[in-house]
Amino acid sequence: MDKHTLDVLDSSKGHGTKQRNKIDQAIVEIVSDSGEGAQKCGQSLGQISAKMGNGVWTVEIIPAEIQPPARSREGASGIRVRFGAKKITNMGDHAGLVVALNEQVLYGRLRQNAYKEGTVLLIENKWATDENPEIRRQYAEALTEFRSEGFDVREIPMETECLKLVMDARKGKNMWVLGLLCYIYDRDMELAEKQIHLTFRKKSQLVIDVNINLLRAGYQWAEDHLDVHYEIPPMKVTDDQVVMNGNEALSLGIMAAGIELCSMYPITPATSASHHLAEHFEKVGGVVHQAEDEIAAIGFAVGASYAGKTAVTITSGPGIALKTEFIGLAVMAEVPLVIIDVQRGGPSTGLPTKVEQSDLTAAIMGQTGDVPKIVIAAATIEECFHFVILARKLAEAFRTPVFLLSDANLATGVQPFKRPQINRDWFSLPIDQSAWKEGIRAFDWSPETGISKRPIPGQRGGMYTLTGLAHDENSKVAYDPEINQRSSEARSRKFAAFQKTLKPPTIHGDPEGDLLIVGWGSTLGAIDEGVEMARDQGLKVSSIHLRFLFPFEPGLADLFARFKKVMTIEINYSDTLGDPMITPENRRYSQLAWQLRARTLVDIECAGNVYGQPLGPGQVLEIIKKQLA
Amino acid sequence: MFGLKADACSIPMPEVYYGLDDYAKSTARWCPGCGGHSILAAVHKVCKDKQYPPEKTVCVSGIGCSSRFPHYMGTYGFHGLHGRAFPVACGVKFRRPDLHLFVITGDGDCCSIGAGHWVHAIRYNMKMVVLLFDNGIYGLTKKQTSPTSALGTHSNTHPHGSVVPPINPLQTTLGFSNVSFVAQTTDWHPAHLQATIWKAADHPGLAFVRIVQRCPMFMKDLYGDMSADPNSLILLNHEKGIDLDPAIAKSFKRNLDHDPSDLGAAREVAEIHDGIPVGLLYQNTENMRYDDYGAHNLGMSIDDKSKALDALLDRYAI
Repeated sequence: MDKHTLDVLDSSKGHGTKQRNKIDQAIVEIVSDSGEGAQKCGQSLGQISAKMGNGVWTVEIIPAEIQPPARSREGASGIRVRFGAKKITNMGDHAGLVVALNEQVLYGRLRQNAYKEGTVLLIENKWATDENPEIRRQYAEALTEFRSEGFDVREIPMETECLKLVMDARKGKNMWVLGLLCYIYDRDMELAEKQIHLTFRKKSQLVIDVNINLLRAGYQWAEDHLDVHYEIPPMKVTDDQVVMNGNEALSLGIMAAGIELCSMYPITPATSASHHLAEHFEKVGGVVHQAEDEIAAIGFAVGASYAGKTAVTITSGPGIALKTEFIGLAVMAEVPLVIIDVQRGGPSTGLPTKVEQSDLTAAIMGQTGDVPKIVIAAATIEECFHFVILARKLAEAFRTPVFLLSDANLATGVQPFKRPQINRDWFSLPIDQSAWKEGIRAFDWSPETGISKRPIPGQRGGMYTLTGLAHDENSKVAYDPEINQRSSEARSRKFAAFQKTLKPPTIHGDPEGDLLIVGWGSTLGAIDEGVEMARDQGLKVSSIHLRFLFPFEPGLADLFARFKKVMTIEINYSDTLGDPMITPENRRYSQLAWQLRARTLVDIECAGNVYGQPLGPGQVLEIIKKQLA
Repeated sequence: MFGLKADACSIPMPEVYYGLDDYAKSTARWCPGCGGHSILAAVHKVCKDKQYPPEKTVCVSGIGCSSRFPHYMGTYGFHGLHGRAFPVACGVKFRRPDLHLFVITGDGDCCSIGAGHWVHAIRYNMKMVVLLFDNGIYGLTKKQTSPTSALGTHSNTHPHGSVVPPINPLQTTLGFSNVSFVAQTTDWHPAHLQATIWKAADHPGLAFVRIVQRCPMFMKDLYGDMSADPNSLILLNHEKGIDLDPAIAKSFKRNLDHDPSDLGAAREVAEIHDGIPVGLLYQNTENMRYDDYGAHNLGMSIDDKSKALDALLDRYAI
């Protein structure tokens, strides 16, 4: 896939010519120390490309610290931008071209297998003449090493060129680099200048002018000095499109659902959704409450929801751990609530800025006692928007907490999608304050569906005391041994009733074959693309992607029966058979695999890892090949 | 007739008049002699006298003996989690300024497991009446040391006497930022108890009332003698204080003039240990209220919401 890119980037072919090579996609990285604006540069490149009609996926490379020591190998901060002539659904495998503001940060990315032989490395050359001899030595050593490993290393005088325009090159170098990339990939400079206006709209005209000059200078320098120049044709998009990251989509989804309250506590990588909400929520009649802790955040949301106000709480793994008791209460007392978990690496504090799909079991089963509830997972950025609306409706219809799982990959990934056409039915209705119908009890569980309607404070005649204790239909504390059994049946039956409304998942590929890959969450794009690659090689593989994790979509066992093998690919931990001590009897499976095995009685295989990296299509292809070997 | 309009002599009557029964529900299952019974009666009385519609009244509690309280009220109730009455109550109130809120919490619930929320609830200063049932012991779990148990208290967790000095809930609350109302009363003086809850219900913000409560089952000795001794209570007198019938005020043997607008003096009152000061220690009606912020953009129409959202989506259009 990026083979094509690499062929053209081969320096032996292009030297001295100014021809534009048509390619169908590119993977570009900009890496630097924190605070050098690499992400702003990459986001701008992504926005410009999206506006030009290219498919785009961007993903941030974030160190755990705000300001790690300069030039540290682990401190790589930056961004990957993948754009192409077709829809792009994931970050891809190896970058074809990298701009590095120092050579040390490249080591961290190399260790993560982000590049391969032939990748073009455009490296800031100011370190070659640094006054510190140790830095000069490091620079020379790194370049020798990179060249010996087959990278196409180019030294670029970024600092020198920027200093012609600004006093402090640290501020502004990113826009010079953007200009450089705009030349290399033949980006529309008018759009690029508009993008700078947008990025710096809160700054003075002087700042905008300086950055536009840097952009133009970068472009000019590249035109004068570089032999790499590509054209990536646009897609034929007829729909109106919007472009945003997954957390922005969650935030807009919260607004579109008519939710009135987001009660949260800061935690990476969920918080940026609340930042977005805090800026805009007021305009649609909502308020963000920053609680004193994670427990209070959900307690506040539960209180608001009990009082009839639609509420969401948004967090990540450690926050879910703290919210556990309240989630149990919301299940027990049937309080509608949307709980968004933007998953990160775990357990415990884990890998705060990295992606993992490790909270599935916690979402489904993580509280004490019997705690059925709905668990859904967004697979795309577009779904981050629409699934909040879905979650809010399900929460109210089934009088239940609903987990919506996202992850760090979706949170910071940016992708264009069809502009949502706002529908009035998405918004929650004003609370019902009419008198409560006489004779209806606070938990009047339907014997068929387990569903009951709840009274809202203010409704005359509906008075009841919600309790986390076992309770009867009147919400009276249960002293009768029958009641707990009966109420548990009702709370469970609701989800069987809900499951009856779901359709079986659609199969990507043939409906039968040698191998079926099952995925969930943010890995959709990578799995689909990996499966396509395998099918192109003649392998009989298909995939399905689950959105409903509890209850499952129906018909899974029947679907699985049409394949010789079924396996999940997940970004969470699983033991590998053949490793020391690991036997079929004691092997621990990836989380979806574990659920599927238990709930379908099919012998499901799995591939899971916890490197903290988004899944790449090449990885999927390797897994498929290994499985079918 | 006589130039008077037909209804000029009639007394205006509300459409619905609530009696005490409207605020009661089921028989309280506290032990005989428990202070909870008189507090429950006082809350019923205040609700009735204020004619709070039961459907517009919400009692939120945590877990513990005291927290069974909402089950005995004919209002809406929320009997939640141990220590978490405050976040729930704040969430209820944030977007529902029309509801009358009572928070019922105990010394373990408020001052131990829920202490973090206590700090912030005081700071948020949302309009609600907080009743701290302080009996100095864990009752529901059967006699463990509480954060307000006096040093040396014998309990099942400290059979040789507790070893850490107690929290003073008055002093602590007076130390929190944005505190706006702190009062103290006892379960065995119903008139003072009612007058205090009445004053608390009128307060524009969070009214924190510590109720010194007897536990005849596990802490018979703590207030048993005091409740029988008229010298044990010290009445705080001031025109801005609790409005008590003068005849009843006269029955107090010990009096202390105290201006509840003086925070420094309130802190001195909180340190009185040779008797129980009862009355209003501190009140400030001017403090910022977070529920005013929470309710500032209520009631937007779906049309306005969808227009605003559409405009917002424009920013992401390509």
